[in-house]
Amino acid sequence: MGNPVLSVSNLCVSFGSRTVIRGLSFKLQQGDCLAVIGPNGAGKSVLLKALLHLVPSPNEIQGEIRWSENSRLGYVPQRVAADRQLPLRVKDLLEAKARFLGLPATDVSLVASETRLTTELVDTRIGVLSGGQLQKVLIAFALLGDPNVLLFDEPTASLDELSEERVYESLHSLQKDRRFTVILVSHDLSVVYRYANMVLCLSKVRTCMGAPKEILTPQLLEELYSAPAKYYQHVQEHGSG
Amino acid sequence: MGPSHYYALLLALVFAVAAGLVGSFAFMKRMLLASDVISHLALPGLGIAFLLKINPVVGGAASLFLGAFLIWRLQRQTGLSSDTMIGVVFAAALAIGAAVTPNADLLEALFGASKELSLPGFILGSTAAGLVIFFVVRLKNQLVLTVFSPELAAATGVPVSRLDLYFLFLFSLTVLVGLRFTGALLGSALLIVPAATAHQLTSKLSQFAAISCLVSVFSVSAGWLFNAFVSRSTTPGPTIVIVSGLLFGLSLLKRG
Repeated sequence: MGNPVLSVSNLCVSFGSRTVIRGLSFKLQQGDCLAVIGPNGAGKSVLLKALLHLVPSPNEIQGEIRWSENSRLGYVPQRVAADRQLPLRVKDLLEAKARFLGLPATDVSLVASETRLTTELVDTRIGVLSGGQLQKVLIAFALLGDPNVLLFDEPTASLDELSEERVYESLHSLQKDRRFTVILVSHDLSVVYRYANMVLCLSKVRTCMGAPKEILTPQLLEELYSAPAKYYQHVQEHGSG
Repeated sequence: MGPSHYYALLLALVFAVAAGLVGSFAFMKRMLLASDVISHLALPGLGIAFLLKINPVVGGAASLFLGAFLIWRLQRQTGLSSDTMIGVVFAAALAIGAAVTPNADLLEALFGASKELSLPGFILGSTAAGLVIFFVVRLKNQLVLTVFSPELAAATGVPVSRLDLYFLFLFSLTVLVGLRFTGALLGSALLIVPAATAHQLTSKLSQFAAISCLVSVFSVSAGWLFNAFVSRSTTPGPTIVIVSGLLFGLSLLKRG
């Protein structure tokens, strides 16, 4: 096994007197797809923000987060509350990132075609995009700069089932093509079974990590979500399908 | 009109370009109302300068930049909403300014004056406005990313908090250059109205900033000429702002 892409040791994140993540340690290798699951308030999104160094004050984070030197991170947030009045087209946004990172202008057309953004969509004002279109734009935005690690915070939370399916399919094919390392926060356990090779369970009670089929037992799910075992069985059917 | 009048007009035009540009980003950052308050921060400094008989620009600059920095720190540390900050700072700055400004100078502090401008004053003002234009163009991409999502901008490597402070200073510097024409009360009008007009006319970013600058320059030119040859008031500020208001009214016809 080579050098890990990400190494987290004894990570603690607290806001004031409230500790959200306590003593978390794990490692990820190149090409891993880690799904982070857990009930609301367990610290899933906070973990992603900590990994991206987006938690506001350094005093609130203890422990160590070490990315390998050649890591380039791309991030797809749960949602972006973009002002509908903004005089900003998809093209303006992608070009601004490309210019800020010093990338050639051709990279914008490359990610646009990779994420199947039509010319018409690229020329559309951001404020009038549908939820699914905006999510595609956010994925294209994350792919600019040729990242080798992608972090997704419930990327389909505001989408209908069909759009959700399309987003995950395109993510999966991108991951296969480019051998991304992926960290994915998701509530949808069928997605976890289909796409992740590692699962990190976060909850106030316990933290555990392992392969989905090994650690996602009915007992653990009940403990995490206080949900009945039938929920697990339903998920299993999805997973095996 | 002598050369000193031309210097004043030329500076007003350079200020108009800077105001149109900064205003377009202030519009996108949804800080137009907050920025209106920033111009009032100059008032206590202007009042104290009039009282001590020192250059009003020095007093205005001191209270403007100190106030802008305090707002930035307070918002970061207390997490107070913009509404609260606007309410408190607006009232305090206006009250202190009105209390300390000698009555004879109050009108000039509030609405500006059409005084002659010396060559060094013109060079200083134009350099300040030129710096504003240079830095806004240079920071354009970072500002666009932050306007869309501060969180995504930070994840991309933009120093969001520092950028906010830089923008606040650029905004304050623009207001400072315009103070002599518009005064503290109308100080941010040319940053607000042209951007609002441009938004009615285009949805493209590149055209948005350009139209905002054009509306600003036209407002200054037309307002200045109207004041010089028709109304002959002591200050061109109100006529400039009235012209920009009229242009905004006309722009509504396009979408209406």
